[in-house]
Amino acid sequence: MDNIFIIYSLLILFLPLAAFVIQIFFGKKLPREGDWVSVGAISITLILAISMFVMMLLEYNPDFRHEASFTWLDMGAFSIDLGFLVDNITVIMLLVVALISTCTHIFSIKYLAGDIRYSRYFAYLGLFTFSMNGIVLANNLISMYMFWELVGVSSYLLIGHWFEKDSAADASKKAFLTNRVGDIGFFIGIMLLYTAVGSFTFTDIFNGVANGMIAGTALTFAGIGLFLGAMGKSSQFPLHIWLPDAMEGPTPVSALMHAATMVAAGVYLSVRIFPILTPDALLVVAYVGGFTALFAATIAVTQNDIKKVLAYSTVSQLGYMILAVGTGVYTAAFFHLLTHAMFKANLFYGSGSVIHSMHHALHEKHDHETDPQDMRNMGGFKDRMPITYWSMLLSTFAISGVPLFSGFLSKDAILAGSLSFAQHHPEHFLLPVFGFGAAAITAFYMFRMMFLTFHGKPEMPELIEDIHESPKEMAGPLVLLGTLSIFIWYTLPYLNPLSSHGWFTHLVVPIDSVVPGNPSANSIEEGAHHAHGLAMYISIGVATLGIGLSVLMYLKKVLSAETWRNRAGFMYDWSLNKYYFDENYDKYLYQPTLRLAKKIAWIDWELYDKYFINGFGRVTSWASRVTGKFDYNIIDQIMVDGFGRIVDNLGGTLKKVQTGRLQNYLLYVTAGIIILMIIQSF
Amino acid sequence: MENILNWIIWLPIIGMVAIAFIPREKDNLIKITAAVATGLQLLLTLVLWQNYDAGNGGMQFTVRGEWIPSFNISYILGVDGLSLPMAILTALLCFIGIFVSWNINKAVKGYFALFLLLDTGIMGVFLSMDFFLFYIFWEVMLLPMYFLIGMWGGPQREYAAIKFFLYTLFGSVLMLVGILGLYFTCGNTFDIQVLKQVAPEALQGVTWWGMSAIKVIWVLLFIGFAIKVPVFPFHTWLPLAHVEAPTAISVLLAGILLKLGVYGILRINYGLMPDGVYWFSGALAFLGLINVVWGGLCALAQTDLKKLVAYSSVNHMGYSLIGMAAVIAAGEANGYNLKAAQAGLGGAVFQMFNHGTISAMLFILVGVIYDRAHHREIEGFGGLAAQMPIYTGICAMVFFAGLGLPGFSGFISEAMCFIGAFPIYKGIVIASTIGILLNAAYFLWAFQRIFFGKLNEKYTDLPEINNRELFTVVPLLIITLFFGIYPAPYLDIISSTMDVIINHVVTMATISGM
Repeated sequence: MDNIFIIYSLLILFLPLAAFVIQIFFGKKLPREGDWVSVGAISITLILAISMFVMMLLEYNPDFRHEASFTWLDMGAFSIDLGFLVDNITVIMLLVVALISTCTHIFSIKYLAGDIRYSRYFAYLGLFTFSMNGIVLANNLISMYMFWELVGVSSYLLIGHWFEKDSAADASKKAFLTNRVGDIGFFIGIMLLYTAVGSFTFTDIFNGVANGMIAGTALTFAGIGLFLGAMGKSSQFPLHIWLPDAMEGPTPVSALMHAATMVAAGVYLSVRIFPILTPDALLVVAYVGGFTALFAATIAVTQNDIKKVLAYSTVSQLGYMILAVGTGVYTAAFFHLLTHAMFKANLFYGSGSVIHSMHHALHEKHDHETDPQDMRNMGGFKDRMPITYWSMLLSTFAISGVPLFSGFLSKDAILAGSLSFAQHHPEHFLLPVFGFGAAAITAFYMFRMMFLTFHGKPEMPELIEDIHESPKEMAGPLVLLGTLSIFIWYTLPYLNPLSSHGWFTHLVVPIDSVVPGNPSANSIEEGAHHAHGLAMYISIGVATLGIGLSVLMYLKKVLSAETWRNRAGFMYDWSLNKYYFDENYDKYLYQPTLRLAKKIAWIDWELYDKYFINGFGRVTSWASRVTGKFDYNIIDQIMVDGFGRIVDNLGGTLKKVQTGRLQNYLLYVTAGIIILMIIQSF
Repeated sequence: MENILNWIIWLPIIGMVAIAFIPREKDNLIKITAAVATGLQLLLTLVLWQNYDAGNGGMQFTVRGEWIPSFNISYILGVDGLSLPMAILTALLCFIGIFVSWNINKAVKGYFALFLLLDTGIMGVFLSMDFFLFYIFWEVMLLPMYFLIGMWGGPQREYAAIKFFLYTLFGSVLMLVGILGLYFTCGNTFDIQVLKQVAPEALQGVTWWGMSAIKVIWVLLFIGFAIKVPVFPFHTWLPLAHVEAPTAISVLLAGILLKLGVYGILRINYGLMPDGVYWFSGALAFLGLINVVWGGLCALAQTDLKKLVAYSSVNHMGYSLIGMAAVIAAGEANGYNLKAAQAGLGGAVFQMFNHGTISAMLFILVGVIYDRAHHREIEGFGGLAAQMPIYTGICAMVFFAGLGLPGFSGFISEAMCFIGAFPIYKGIVIASTIGILLNAAYFLWAFQRIFFGKLNEKYTDLPEINNRELFTVVPLLIITLFFGIYPAPYLDIISSTMDVIINHVVTMATISGM
């Protein structure tokens, strides 16, 4: 425990938990409802995370790794060790969580000002940060699973922050249950691995797999099981349904959890377990990710709610990362996780800033009908909110894959990976098609969002006077994260905007899969390197296409969006209605389950209990009536009483002997004695 | 110290006698007497825990006395790692139950006297090591329970009481037949420790009406215990009895009485018929699966909150059954997988305790809202979170504990049951993970309907949970959280006894003799 990294990690883990406990018990009584407690605690973790990051950079060692564990429970043979693993990936991830969490805390001070559950809100943010750091630090599957579920709960509580709204309450429940579907797979995966290897720690499991303790189909299923957990958290098709609904939560929460960190946990898990995924499992991962990337992008195109656009964009970007894991370039997945965390959190803050301002303006007009999140009510905010606009624009460039911005580098690495994969396995040509298709659509809808919100004529001119830039607590994070969308932060000490070569690629080095049959890290990297050039040209091409189309349609209005919508016909409707997933799940999954439950309960209570179990009672009572009748009518009335009657009759006859005369009795007695004596004499 | 078990069992009876002498109008004195009796009992169980040698998995603090020598019936008490936590749980829930019952105002004297008699009955079952004595205590429990439900229960109390009574009596009769069968085949003794050594051999090859004696006795005893657990399809007394019983009695029913079933199976069936364990464990795991899924689905459909909680017990006890079935993993046929056996059995026994604390809290919380709103219709509330924030917070924690959230003790025991059973019963375990989902669904859905949404206008003046009620829930919540974060103290107490049970089953079973 004298390791400074472990001590820092412990502090980073438990400070937010302490803030949570203080807020829950004393939050309301503290001045300013204790927001300073939470902000203070989280800022300290940011400082610690930065120091760890700097120390890591100073070591500049790809093999940097510290581990510490303790026995949690021990029954002799069965025991569970929990512990921390601190390596380069952990440190980077801790910094991401601490940074975005700090930004969210600060942003929320103004965004949530005056909320009735202000201290509760900060408490839950602390709980979330604690749980998220727990996932990041875990060196074993059990504690990862535990924190995994705790993240689910924090998400439940924060999505349901405004639980008076039925939609928020529904969304929180949906998020938890959908995640739990994935978690079940996760747990089955854990059981498969534990049964074979007899340990929960990553190191033991990797060694066990390398030694062939589990292989073939069982290992594939174990990998897919764990990946199901990742699909739940990272909102991959077909478990993607909860994330867009999660936008019911306050926007800073969306930035923290539903864009940057919580949903990245699935990717983080996939990155961690990459070495034990079999080729078949990887293929499943790749297709799920690739399909999700494209699928979600096609929904984002038609959404009118600014947060819904961003939500589907997040699903799509997470799909990219998963695709990268599946095609073997899992360090690229982690790279995209890092860059995406920054620019997507920023986009959410930006949307939060816009919504906040809309809200305020509508409030001034006493308008409670208009939806402050609908982009059709916006337009022309550019000059009213310049900080928001410019910082969002930087992040939009990043997500669209424009050179000089962070997203270009990471997306390019992923696309190169999938292109190289298809070059080696031509039958999987769809994977890069998914990737590049999604890239084009992303560029299009992101600029559509920017143009609809900030450019053109105001759709509601009466509001525009009341639209103001947000206060500094909100603008600060925007400026900071906007800046972090620029490539340079990720390539230092080099300055080549077209190559991701830099500290990240030096420190986060792919390791070989321990599963026989998977290509070596070296060959994967070589392949990606070869495909890099081609991928980059295509990638720039599709981004230009998407942005260009968007400019023509929404900025220059040369192309009419109306006409194109009509031309798309049913495809537009499907996209707008999210391919009717919610409706169909409801119709074919939830309702039948509820009907089944009702039917089972009815059988249990009305049929089985009332007729079968109580039937025993009825049979017994019928049998007792029959025996009762038998007892009275036959035994009692005929036999017993009959006997009585016989005795009675007999008595009537015999009583004549009772004369009452002493002489007669003496005579009987004497006669009796004589008879006895005669009998005796024989 | 050598008589501590006697004191633990008979203290409530002393309290009962004392109550008998208190004039009936002195309600508070009666309640205080009951609280003192159960409080002392709780203290004694804690002393017992302090002095218990966890490294020794066998019987400790044994008390032995002659009772009916002509039939070789003795008065034997003893405690090991299986019964110690149950004894503590019993004392704890009885003590808390007194405070839960504080607002009883009908025939107070009778209520608390019967309550204490019930306490003695339950404690006696856990601590007696003579099968005849065990049976006597088993029956002693029944009587006060009948009256407590039948006189202080809800509208359908008489129906519920008689049903509970007959259902359990049916099991008891089968159990008695099984006990006598054992008595006559195993050298006329009721001493459980002796039977453990004698019975596995004595029953070898014995057949009755063409059936193996082991199977016959196993099934007779199993049904007797299964009714208490309750194992599907012997479970339908439970929702009714739980719903109609007064809150404190529901707490004891769910918290302890159900554990008697699992305890009995482990103590008697596992101890006396190791061959039967091999024969039946597949069925046990399967019944566990049905409990989990059936109970979960039924709970999902309930509109009455208390009934939902009652069905959640069916759901939760299923995990215990699945875990218990894993014991045979340590046998030769399954590659001496001691890890799985320990995880499964340990999980099952841990789950007994955890379900005890969690379901007790659930029933107390249902009682709290029922006392205020006078109904339990889930749909009849709405938005209470705004009105009763503390109550809501506690309910949220308890519901999350109930759905097996990590950080609460229930998660660990459920996970251990699954991990333990997985190597042998892969299909069953995978199928029963559906239960985890149903579990979350029924709790969260109920939570949403009661606490979220707009506040129901009828309840704008509903008072917050009071201090007495908090006093009944918070200790249990702390225990649940403590063991959820740090389960080692509990597992340390039980683990050597678990090894004794596992070894006994694995080494004494011959399989061929069936």
